[in-house]
Amino acid sequence: MKFTEEHEWLRPEDDGVVVGITEHATTQLGDIVFVELPEVGATVTKDEEIVVIESVKAASDIMAPIDGVIVEVNDALADNPALANEDPLGNGWFFKIEASDASQMDEYMTEAAYLKLIA
Amino acid sequence: MSDLLQTPLHDLHVELGAKMVPFAGYAMPVQYPMGVMQEHLHTRAKAGLFDVSHMGQVIVRGADYAVAAAALETLIPVNIQGLGENRQRYGFFTNDDGGIMDDLMLANRSDHVFVVVNAACKGPDITHMKTLSGVEVTEITDRALLALQGPAAEAVLAKMDPKAADMRFMDVADLTLNGAACWVSRSGYTGEDGYEISVPADDAVELAQALLAHDDVEPIGLGARDSLRLEGGLCLYGHDIDTGTTPVEAGLNWAIQKIRRTDGARAGGFPGADKILDELANGAARKRVGLRPSGRAPMREGVALFATEESSDQIGTITSGGFGPSVEGPVAMGYVPSDLAADGTTLYGELRGKRLPVTVTSLPFIPANFKR
Repeated sequence: MKFTEEHEWLRPEDDGVVVGITEHATTQLGDIVFVELPEVGATVTKDEEIVVIESVKAASDIMAPIDGVIVEVNDALADNPALANEDPLGNGWFFKIEASDASQMDEYMTEAAYLKLIA
Repeated sequence: MSDLLQTPLHDLHVELGAKMVPFAGYAMPVQYPMGVMQEHLHTRAKAGLFDVSHMGQVIVRGADYAVAAAALETLIPVNIQGLGENRQRYGFFTNDDGGIMDDLMLANRSDHVFVVVNAACKGPDITHMKTLSGVEVTEITDRALLALQGPAAEAVLAKMDPKAADMRFMDVADLTLNGAACWVSRSGYTGEDGYEISVPADDAVELAQALLAHDDVEPIGLGARDSLRLEGGLCLYGHDIDTGTTPVEAGLNWAIQKIRRTDGARAGGFPGADKILDELANGAARKRVGLRPSGRAPMREGVALFATEESSDQIGTITSGGFGPSVEGPVAMGYVPSDLAADGTTLYGELRGKRLPVTVTSLPFIPANFKR
């Protein structure tokens, strides 16, 4: 599992990389009330804003951490955005992306490095 | 945040784990560990304790109450002279254009008027009131202001002083709470029953702790205060009302009693009276309305409103908006032309380049729960 400075986590699976945000991020955001996810099939570019998160406090954007094609999104978040608060590393995942250049993962942090960043 | 002023409860907020933010020159708790959503729901279910000590508490004293009330009526289009003893009323300062300089609460305290004004406006408000002749205007700086809001507020406060239970909405009384001599009104800014408590600064922390010791009471920050008042359809000064909005545009006609209107015994006599009296009689060109965005995405302050999905002319703007935890969906307020202000009218808000439908809805979004 890899982590970005933008507080996203990336978990490689057989058919793509699952992406969500960390517990640290959800704590900072507060109660999440709305998540707008990209369309399945969309081709996205690294650093493109592809997710909108609205918390009770404010709106924020999540960027695509790598280039690729969105192969799955977490539809459960549409009805229950609080999942992102309750289980950020599990049921609160955002989307799965098929990487076009898997080496882009290399620049991201290990969990240990990330924990050090937020400490 | 070293340049910020602190309320007498500052250290208690920090101890309770509050996230402190700058607000109107003060370091204020925006939320506690419970979080905005739960704080909001707790206040509607039981009782929430708010620190609103940043607000301005002002005593206006004349030769007697009537003199002070008459002086204030030259700045405020409200029947202050006719306010009963130990009764409170909502009002606002108007300017020569009929705009609102600040909104406030006024209480008849038998030999003086007690005024509570917004934190961000208190300096200018006091200067404004000091232009009045024949009255003495004194800012009270040695008292904190707490609000205890929610359906359990009466039971909690009545345990400390049974007289709390005898008060009705907008009554004012002197209560002894936890040994402290308090000025208490049965009012608030949440749409719930509750009290606002002016307490000597030296007694404020102990009173807050005594209230928080009750199982039903949790500390509530500014975040939930905002979502509670928004669901309650209550205006936030500087956002929903300001010097560019008139009381009639803002739908605050109810606050201007008949006696101050055309043909009333004390008609006019306040800044902007010509415009405001004309709008009271003939209506204003635009109105503040409640808005329910469709779907779940909140529409916040500044979102542009359009009559149709395609039209290029913006017809209005959202002035307050967010997620309503009790409504369980997004809620907003904004100004629209009066011919598009009828309940049920569909308008469109532009969010991230997309036009999404919003429905004009009567305010408040949740029924008020006052003890009349």
